[in-house]
Amino acid sequence: MSKFLKSTALAGALALTAVPALAEKFGLGRAALPDEIAAWDGDIRPDGTGLPVGSGDALIGEEIFATQCAACHGDFAEGIDNWPKLAGGADTLDHEDPLKTVGSYWPYLSTAFDYIKRSMPYGNAGTLSDDDVYSIVAYILYSNDLIEDDFVLSNESFFDVDMPNADGFILDNRAETEYSKWTGEPCMENCKSEVKVTMRARVLDVTPQEETAVADSEEAQPVEVAATSAAAPAEETAAVETVAAFDADLAEKGEKVFKKCKSCHQLGAGAKNRTGPILTGIVGQAAGAVEGFKYSKPMQAAGKDGLLWTEGELAAFLAKPKKYMKGTKMSFAGLKKEADQAAVIEYLKSVTE
Amino acid sequence: MSDNRTGNGTSRRAFLRGAAAAGAGALSATAAKAQSPDPLITEVQPWAQEFGDGVDATPYGLPIEHEGDVIRRNVEWLTADTVSSINFTPIHALDGTITPQGCAFERHHSGAIDLRKEDYRLMLNGLVDTPMVFSYADLERFPRENHVYFCECAANTGMEWAGAQLNGAQFTHGMIHNMEYTGVPLRTLLEEAGLDTAGDLKNKWIFVEGADASSNGRSIPMEKALDDCLIAFKANGEALRKEHGYPVRLVVPGWEGNMWVKWIRRIEVMDGPVESREETSKYTDVLENGIARKWTWAMDAKSVVTSPSPQAPITHGKGPLVITGLAWSGRGAITRVDVSKDGGMTWETARLAKPGEKMALTRFYLDTEWDGSEMILQSRAMDDTGYIQPTKAQLREVRGLNSIYHNNCIQTWLVRSNGEAENVEVS
Repeated sequence: MSKFLKSTALAGALALTAVPALAEKFGLGRAALPDEIAAWDGDIRPDGTGLPVGSGDALIGEEIFATQCAACHGDFAEGIDNWPKLAGGADTLDHEDPLKTVGSYWPYLSTAFDYIKRSMPYGNAGTLSDDDVYSIVAYILYSNDLIEDDFVLSNESFFDVDMPNADGFILDNRAETEYSKWTGEPCMENCKSEVKVTMRARVLDVTPQEETAVADSEEAQPVEVAATSAAAPAEETAAVETVAAFDADLAEKGEKVFKKCKSCHQLGAGAKNRTGPILTGIVGQAAGAVEGFKYSKPMQAAGKDGLLWTEGELAAFLAKPKKYMKGTKMSFAGLKKEADQAAVIEYLKSVTE
Repeated sequence: MSDNRTGNGTSRRAFLRGAAAAGAGALSATAAKAQSPDPLITEVQPWAQEFGDGVDATPYGLPIEHEGDVIRRNVEWLTADTVSSINFTPIHALDGTITPQGCAFERHHSGAIDLRKEDYRLMLNGLVDTPMVFSYADLERFPRENHVYFCECAANTGMEWAGAQLNGAQFTHGMIHNMEYTGVPLRTLLEEAGLDTAGDLKNKWIFVEGADASSNGRSIPMEKALDDCLIAFKANGEALRKEHGYPVRLVVPGWEGNMWVKWIRRIEVMDGPVESREETSKYTDVLENGIARKWTWAMDAKSVVTSPSPQAPITHGKGPLVITGLAWSGRGAITRVDVSKDGGMTWETARLAKPGEKMALTRFYLDTEWDGSEMILQSRAMDDTGYIQPTKAQLREVRGLNSIYHNNCIQTWLVRSNGEAENVEVS
């Protein structure tokens, strides 16, 4: 009791001294509730503050990574196309084009947990359990040769991992290295004896062409409309036929399988093209025909050659996308089980709007 | 024209030069005498005869279709997916300093989300006396301020580190916009939650995050948070656009755009930085020896000639020419911009449209006479700290080639005698 009194007296004294420095309060807003704070306050700091109790290892992590992460980051965290590479790059930081990965560059392991837990998987953020995140982080560390496959990563073992580039950062030193030099009265005349052009952008030619952009905006114009309207009636009748015959139980199973597709594909009301095209009504539709989606060249060509996504073609594509169509943008490894292929196709048939 | 120049304090010599040029221009104008009457004048045109659109034809207007090419553009090869990507403001086609929201560059980490004002909540927690939740309506009841600030992505001009790559001011320098923000000082909200608990504020930080899936969390030193950060809900007089963080974003004047968290939902007072992904693996500057600089938040003084430039060639032949561009500094106000037509051998001081304002874009003009010969155009900004915008070579000497971010080098356009311009590097 006396302790309580003492501390309130102390708090009172502090408040008094602080008052002159503080502006008056407006009495707006309301106190945040503990549950609300717990729901949003998830950041994890370099000293481990915020790390949840849990654990995982690279073997479990590999499986989760394959379904949740590999579509973009590759089976071995090597990154597909322009998606981030998470592994490799050791000792490249002082080379031309350094490879900056969790292993080669990130100074704190807490950053990986913090980011994956809150912002991944891409398109389905915040859905991983704490143990899943420990496992994925362990797999990324393993892919960077930073732990053995029997290492169990947990809130307790977290700091047993040495991050190779932990000491690779300095604080902004522009004031000393740059600002002190680039100052004073600048040269106005005879600043150089000659000037030569040493490099030109046209040599590289990587600028988007304005013509292309104009063509893009014209896609909705008469020419394209004419092309698609001819094909449209056939597609509609095909869709109607297949929709009438779908197996509700199988479609329900397919909805679960479709979770693997969700980070890239949407379907149904309000669906938008994402990493992959909208899949509403895809069964029976022409390949490469979803409006506004930029397909790979092989997919465009297949569509032009008349490829239709019949159930058989879809199943073959889903089994091994890269083998079925070399050069497809779909970086998904594939649905090995025929039952999964059938279920997901049934689900695709069931969602018409 | 000459009155303007002297009125803005350029030298008498410049005045004389300008007068001489104007004389020459008048002569050549006489030479370009019309051969036959212009039908646009002699014939009655439909717009001079019939009605135009009534009011309400466009309840909320877009620019007229003839300006349809003045739009944001994306460079597809830069990123894997448009929901985590960036596009570029068409600065080559704009003038003045305020960027219209509709063509101001976008940068998303997981797409522009649809968040209603009614569903908006802002939480303040951590080392505050009372963790608080504010609604949008609450924010509108705090005293608010108006400020014009530029927002520049740290990666603006980042593709140019290793060499001249992209042909257009939009692509080399278009990760920037400049708007008039209306909002509540962040200080007001922090004080409303109370900072007694935080104790000594010198070593304290805030961590800010957005409501979108990426959350894009960043740590900001308390000193900056209490200095000039704004919780903004209007830009250029109207609600923020969805792509710029509707209904509420953070404004961090002069500092890299990634810190301007959109859809801001939480501010936590802390005794240290989180060292989040965006402030360790990204937005840090790798030097030649492999060591990286971090906490390089302020955007140094920079400028670019927006016209003529590769997307804005000279089409009128020789004679009077307006060379114009933008200059800005994240550490203060622009005090002077020099322009060179010969790749940096000689420089002329340009006219600032208005005196520079702190951490806002400044427009400069060099009203000149083009003799039709090749020009190697450059601009060089100075700010009120005395800093002079460096050349690419100067930057590379200190930082090497691998920095990606914070490239504020002098830009060079090679303007040919036919008026076309190209992005080049010079010795």
